[in-house]
Amino acid sequence: MLKVDDINVYYGSIHAIQSVSFEIKEGEIVTLIGANGAGKSTILRTISGLLRSKTGEINFLDKNISVVEPDKIVKMGIAHVPEGRRVFKQFTVEENLEMGAYIHKSKSDIKEDIGKIYRRFPRLKERRRQTAGTLSGGEQQMLAIGRALMSRPKLLMLDEPSMGLAPMLVQQIFDIIKELNQSGTTILLVEQNARMALTIADRGYVLETGRMKLAATARELLADDSVKKSYLGG
Amino acid sequence: MTILNQIINGIQIGSIYALVALGYTMVYGIVKLINFAHGEIIMVGSYFTWYTMSRLGAPAWAAVLGAVVFCAVLGMVIEKVAYKPLRNYARISLLITAIGVSFFLQNAVQLIFKATPRMFQNIFPGSLKLGGMVFSMSAVVTIVVSVILMIGLSLLVKNTKIGKAMRAVSEDKDTAQLMGINVDHTISFTFGLGSGLAAIAAVLYCSSFYQIEPTMGSMLGLKAFVAAVLGGIGSISGAVLGGFVIGIAESLTKGYISSALADAIVFGILIVVLIIKPSGILGRPENEKV
Ligand SMILES: Nc1ncnc2c1ncn2[C@@H]1O[C@H](COP(=O)(O)OP(=O)(O)OP(=O)(O)O)[C@@H](O)[C@H]1O
Ligand SMILES: [Mg+2]
Repeated sequence: MLKVDDINVYYGSIHAIQSVSFEIKEGEIVTLIGANGAGKSTILRTISGLLRSKTGEINFLDKNISVVEPDKIVKMGIAHVPEGRRVFKQFTVEENLEMGAYIHKSKSDIKEDIGKIYRRFPRLKERRRQTAGTLSGGEQQMLAIGRALMSRPKLLMLDEPSMGLAPMLVQQIFDIIKELNQSGTTILLVEQNARMALTIADRGYVLETGRMKLAATARELLADDSVKKSYLGG
Repeated sequence: MTILNQIINGIQIGSIYALVALGYTMVYGIVKLINFAHGEIIMVGSYFTWYTMSRLGAPAWAAVLGAVVFCAVLGMVIEKVAYKPLRNYARISLLITAIGVSFFLQNAVQLIFKATPRMFQNIFPGSLKLGGMVFSMSAVVTIVVSVILMIGLSLLVKNTKIGKAMRAVSEDKDTAQLMGINVDHTISFTFGLGSGLAAIAAVLYCSSFYQIEPTMGSMLGLKAFVAAVLGGIGSISGAVLGGFVIGIAESLTKGYISSALADAIVFGILIVVLIIKPSGILGRPENEKV
């Protein structure tokens, strides 16, 4: 479904992503794990078109998207829940969801989708008229995920959805990711919480200072000694 | 003149400041640029209206419509040619470019139409009697048109898809793109909208001041900029409020203290407000903006 082939991304003179390649097949949950500053967010931002690779190609559904504008990439079916949630703080909860459906025209479809999001996240329904800036961190994360779903993505990319959340909420968010996957959405999950991510993922990639170090099934990675030592707390 | 007349005068010039201030504030909100060339758009709009009416004999409505379209396109072209290539560079280079564009427009108009002031015919002649008071038609038209435009603009920004896109891009450009919003189009639209409003402000200004010259945009633009900062730059209601405050203060100073002091008072108010509340009357503190 998504094929990233030999990308190199720079911030000025910083070579943040160095010849990275990986792929995601339809229906999978793939996780990208790595320490702070490894380049995980940079990869997602490059797939979304917010950053550009100097080399290589990114193919989505057999189309080269490495020069496509970010808004067109959303239309092609990729949604990106950015690191730190980035909800529109001055918009209400419901307006945030509407923004997620910006690429869709049909008012009735949008309404129906908002209904679905509210069924999945009843908390958001209670807070629908509140501005998003007043939500708690967990609620904002739900809103960010709900907002991304409003575009009806084929591929959902999540950047550290568990960051800063209480353990119970983390569990809830991961359950939701799993459910979304079961109902047909392909998932690319970036996490520092490697154990949780590998528990729900089919496959995983390990990124170290901008380079791909390991690629294996989630089960293999959970059993791998070096992964255990570096990312699973020994 | 009675105090009520002075206040009406203040509201009249204030609504012109407000229309122009809206352009400053919307552009600042979306690209964080103080668009110093914005004042020049008023000047260009005035010359356009003057030329099409006096020289080509166009009817007023056609001249105004033409000025709005011309200025909107001009605003979008300036953004595309001068500002967009610098979007990812230090903000100071953008600011210097804006000043450059401003000089460019002034000199271009001076080259084409000479530096001598041109006289404008009265577009809205006549007056209106209301409850024993007489208002000039230009004051009535100015205030009514401005208020309608301000209400229209706030509805547009609050409720329409493009308005929401403008707010989303102002708040967080990257995330707006992740929603499928085309940031380039949205910024372009904002410049067009602001410049179109400036063109209307230009016509309203000319309808009561009758005289135009290539440098007229500087002071008018500066006052409107002061209005935008006073109200809280980035805030639409702030721009409107700032415009009225500046207009009324100016008019009352001219009427009761001295014409020479009017500008000093305007800038004095700005300084005092910024000392008390640096983000302007309705502005949010900088750290809350993003
Ligand atoms: N805007 C930027 N300008 C310069 N360098 C940057 C920028 N953003 C990221 N970097 C650098 O690029 C590298 C990769 O950053 P990135 O944010 O992709 O890491 P990450 O794996 O997502 O980290 P984290 O787990 O902390 O989110 C880091 O060394 C970082 O310092
Ligand atoms: Mg990151």
